[in-house]
Amino acid sequence: MRSITLLPILLLLLSFAVQASFETYEFSTTHNEMRYFKLSKELRCPTCQNQNISDSDAPLAADLRRELHRMIEEGYQDDAILDFMVSRFGDFVHYKPRIAPETYLLWYGPFALLFGGFIVVFFVARNRRLRARASTDQPQVVMESVEETNVTSALTAEERERLDRLLQQDKNL
Amino acid sequence: MRKFWVFTPLVAFLVMGVFLFKGLFMDPSKLPSALIDRPFPSFSLPSLYEPDQMMTELDFKGEVALLNVWATWCPTCKDEHEQLNKIGLEEGIPIYGLNYKDDPQLARAWLERYQDPYSKVVVDRDGRLGLDLGVYGAPETYIIDQHGIIRYRHVGEVTEKVWQQLKGLMEIIATEEDV
Repeated sequence: MRSITLLPILLLLLSFAVQASFETYEFSTTHNEMRYFKLSKELRCPTCQNQNISDSDAPLAADLRRELHRMIEEGYQDDAILDFMVSRFGDFVHYKPRIAPETYLLWYGPFALLFGGFIVVFFVARNRRLRARASTDQPQVVMESVEETNVTSALTAEERERLDRLLQQDKNL
Repeated sequence: MRKFWVFTPLVAFLVMGVFLFKGLFMDPSKLPSALIDRPFPSFSLPSLYEPDQMMTELDFKGEVALLNVWATWCPTCKDEHEQLNKIGLEEGIPIYGLNYKDDPQLARAWLERYQDPYSKVVVDRDGRLGLDLGVYGAPETYIIDQHGIIRYRHVGEVTEKVWQQLKGLMEIIATEEDV
């Protein structure tokens, strides 16, 4: 019973992405329409930054949508449309900047930093290992010398008897 | 050698710090133009004064000049108009006007009321030339050299300070072309 009352509430929680468009364009094919929606989300409005052109109600965004619709319907490929926009508004206009010498740092910089981090970790780890080996080497030498003097066989029967007696004394106390 | 490596985090921190600190004073709404050092986009649009006469990009060739993108709906354009009057009328610097997404009638009335600093004004009613220029917010002011190449863009109001900067650039561009 409870699950039945919960169901509509859970359904309310399901929200779908809303396509905010301010004007309706007619498309010759649904494929073109899909491309329009995809590209209008990828293109950033230069006036109201951090909104894509499908979200923005700035006049410039409307112009860009009009231009996008025109180019799609005239049969331009996606790349040609993006080139058209970038050549006018710069790389800024595309949320995914193209890979060019001036954007190498943007695209490959994080990987370079990651690689640099690995190198640092490698050297730190190697140094630590070398130091650990160096510090374990020295005590080993000391231990060996201690062991040599501690060899039980080095005690004579008399000495061992005395040692036992002394230990026994301790227990009796 | 090891002593040297001890300072790498500090150096990295300082480099990051300098960049981020610089970023604090950068205006993200100022975008570089994609058209710097490119020829002015070709167009064929009516003149504001003689609506049956078409203007083309050739009208913007011949001398180092300013091109001002303006509209009557743009409040900052009104703020900078006095400065433009000073540049165009008092100093005699050629300023081309691009009336952007505006009603030509209102534009003519505006120029009558507030004086007209422009030597030529082209009417871009549906913003297509503005789009080719990459205009994203009026007012914008460009420097166009005598070959019709776009050399500089300023987005926002032209104040006295900005004008001095533009003037300096225009003088440099004018002398380099004599060579």
